[in-house]
Amino acid sequence: MGEYVIKLPDVGEGVAEAELVEWQVKVGDLVREDAVLAAVMTDKATVEIPSPVDGEIVWLGAEIGDTVAIGSPIVRLKVAGEGNVKAGAESSGGEAKATGATPTPSPSPQGGGGRASAPKADAKPAPPSGSASVRGSEMATESPSPLWGGVRGGGTLSPRSALSAAPRPEGEKPLASPAIRLRAKEAGVDLRQVAGSGPAGRIRHEDIDAFLASGPQLAKVSGLARNEAVEDIKIIGLRRKIAEKMALAKSRIPHITYVEEIDVTALEELRAALNKEKRAGAERSKLTLLPFLMRAMVKAITDQPNINALFDDEAGIVHQHGGVHIGIAAQTPSGLVVPVVKHAEARDIWDCAAELNRLAEAARSGTATRDELSGSTITITSLGAMGGVATTPVINHPEVAILGVNKMMVRPVWDGTQFIPRKMMNLSSSFDHRVIDGWDAAVFIQRIKMLLETPALIFVD
Amino acid sequence: MKEISCKLLVIGAGPGGYVCAIRAGQLGIDTVIVEFGKPGGTCLNVGCIPSKALIHAAEEFEKISHMAGGKSPLGISIAIPSIDLETTIAWKDGIVSRLNSGVASLLKKAGVKTVHGWAKFRDGKTVEVETETGTQVVRAETVVIATGSASVELPSLPFGGPVISSTEALGLSEVPERLAVVGGGYIGLELGIAFAKMGAKVTVVEALPRVLAQYDAELIRPVVKRLTELGIEVLVNAKAKGLSTKRDALLVETATGKNGKIVADRILITVGRKPVIEDWGLEQIDLDMAGKFIRIDDQCRTSMRGIFAIGDVTGEPMLAHRAMAQGEMVAEIVAGHKRSWDKRCIPAICFTDPELVTAGLSPEEAKGLGGEIKVGLFPFAANGRAMTKMGEDGFVRVVARADNHLVLGIQAVGQGVSELSTAFGLALEMGARLEDIAGTIHAHPTQGEGFQEAALKALGHALHV
Repeated sequence: MGEYVIKLPDVGEGVAEAELVEWQVKVGDLVREDAVLAAVMTDKATVEIPSPVDGEIVWLGAEIGDTVAIGSPIVRLKVAGEGNVKAGAESSGGEAKATGATPTPSPSPQGGGGRASAPKADAKPAPPSGSASVRGSEMATESPSPLWGGVRGGGTLSPRSALSAAPRPEGEKPLASPAIRLRAKEAGVDLRQVAGSGPAGRIRHEDIDAFLASGPQLAKVSGLARNEAVEDIKIIGLRRKIAEKMALAKSRIPHITYVEEIDVTALEELRAALNKEKRAGAERSKLTLLPFLMRAMVKAITDQPNINALFDDEAGIVHQHGGVHIGIAAQTPSGLVVPVVKHAEARDIWDCAAELNRLAEAARSGTATRDELSGSTITITSLGAMGGVATTPVINHPEVAILGVNKMMVRPVWDGTQFIPRKMMNLSSSFDHRVIDGWDAAVFIQRIKMLLETPALIFVD
Repeated sequence: MKEISCKLLVIGAGPGGYVCAIRAGQLGIDTVIVEFGKPGGTCLNVGCIPSKALIHAAEEFEKISHMAGGKSPLGISIAIPSIDLETTIAWKDGIVSRLNSGVASLLKKAGVKTVHGWAKFRDGKTVEVETETGTQVVRAETVVIATGSASVELPSLPFGGPVISSTEALGLSEVPERLAVVGGGYIGLELGIAFAKMGAKVTVVEALPRVLAQYDAELIRPVVKRLTELGIEVLVNAKAKGLSTKRDALLVETATGKNGKIVADRILITVGRKPVIEDWGLEQIDLDMAGKFIRIDDQCRTSMRGIFAIGDVTGEPMLAHRAMAQGEMVAEIVAGHKRSWDKRCIPAICFTDPELVTAGLSPEEAKGLGGEIKVGLFPFAANGRAMTKMGEDGFVRVVARADNHLVLGIQAVGQGVSELSTAFGLALEMGARLEDIAGTIHAHPTQGEGFQEAALKALGHALHV
């Protein structure tokens, strides 16, 4: 019997590390060659890690949410034959990891740094598909409180979880000394509503102080219970990517948001007519509003190419692109992803619609490739029918503009003599104010407005 | 006779009533208390205090008797002792009398007016008191009913002649040669054991399968063992049927259904107590009842505005300290303070030999809550102080939640464990966890160390067992 170490393979172009988002095996499992061991996530895509050999899992080198450097050992298998580990140095290195050291040698701040301070001495294997919330609660019960010094066999309530114990289940008396109870009674405080920070959730004078300080309206006795529960949910996987990306965009880019309303009555009529006509030529996709907007953007960008650009602020260079690659922010079951319709300038309206549909489906089913999810030069964000009156879209860094589509609705519009019902839609668009001035932004949106309100112009080349 | 008007009228000067009146007086409330007998009620006059006096006398006598037999391991020998029960009772009465006057003076000091006589409601605000000098009418804004409880009589064995209640038992002038005790509850066993120690041949007749039925079998085992040592015969599953025609024996139906006869010169009936709800005009005010007791809420308010009820008349547990706590609370409510009944435990003591203390939940009751529990038991056989007092029988037992170690109940059986009840009550009322008790220094050498050890045992690291 030998030992076989699987290292994290290169999962994408130029990627130095990947986040582990799922284990499909656990220690003790027997796996066949090509069986999927884990899933890791790079910038956009999720990549599965297959097993190159048959064997028994003896060690898993990372936990879900860890960022693992390419080339780091992540799985050890017991295999028939020699394996790929010599009995000497490397093996003992592995042992060391298994008994204490952090399994993530990544030097990145979001990777190994944080983990190193949380020793996992017994190298507890990650659950095969552990959810973040479950892990969170385990952490809470594992962390010993100083108040539990000397506890043996049993004591697991930390002050944190005791805090979350209020309000209590129906009928359960709050735990407090007689003096506390008297004080609460006199102050008109319903102790059932007070979180206890003492051992076993005991309410202390400080807890009453805090409760009273939280405001007289809260101190009043009411029949409605306050829920003080706190659940720690680790931000991992796609959500972490989104979080990082949004934080980057908002911290680096001074946003300017411009909202304009557009009368899409004519556009809607045209769209309906085109969709009706479409029945004859069955291969054409049904048109939504987005392909029209995409085409209008292409036309507007022709006049203002600086809007279709990526800003490398570190180098101080705006990369102005000729090709219009429009990212479409889409909500999927696993979170927000942005598939990209490449070269919209070279696609007619039906092409745009077809590509959009194809990418949306791929994103929803999780089969979109890394290539399909990257390379945009400008982005559209749409909440569809949910789209509200106005939004403040966050620019897809390092782009310089994003167009947000709000909900279309029939509103009364004054035509000079009377109110008439018109189909109105707002566009909420954000621009990188470092390179796009408000005037330019307004000109860009006004051009799009004109095109959408007179949709025939979209088709005029 | 001139009418009296007051803010608060308390009917009954037992431990509930007099505490209520004293506290009300302290708070500046114009208070009147009405009592037919002597102040102190059942507890002071015919209950707790006199019975404990008698029990103490019996213990002393029994100890000395042992020494007289030449069997004392302490090496003390003595001539055969005798007991003059009349003197004992006089001594006991002296204590009771001192306490009676003590209560009276406390009431006076608090500015409470005492009216001696039997109170009857005329309506919800007016009470007529039949005094030696005529009827006194008392009008009050608020009335507290604290009429207490009385011994239950058996229809087949009405009190009189050889058939006595605990009240008469505490006033006997000589030790009965043969005493039959009907009812194996705590009163029956306390008095039965005392008389046995004083030389009576005692037989206990209990209808249930065991004595002290409200306690678990583990807890009462040392008591049952002691009953045997004292030569007390216990008939369980047996029914008292009546007196023999010559009135010198108790007729019983035994567990097997056979009729038997227990020759006895005194037959003590201790089959329970009932609330005193008659002859004071309950029908005039028509209060809601909870079974045979007056129904009260968590502020001891009855169904009629301005009328409170406290103590035995309001239900179980019929214990003086419960009544006292209620009395104090009601006085403060009447004074306008925000109060409600929020006690976590009412400890109970059984002054048998050995003594029993319970506070909070038994292991069975705790299991009934549905969660996992931990139980720690420390036997006095491993306690130095218990050994030096020749009291190695018994134990302290602690019941706690397994998840957060919150102590749910504490029980003890052993010599002198009644004094541990204060520690038990304090621990439960404060919301102690096992670690709190284990982390408290318990003075050595005391039986109280057993409490700490029981907590340590529940935590899995007892030091002395």
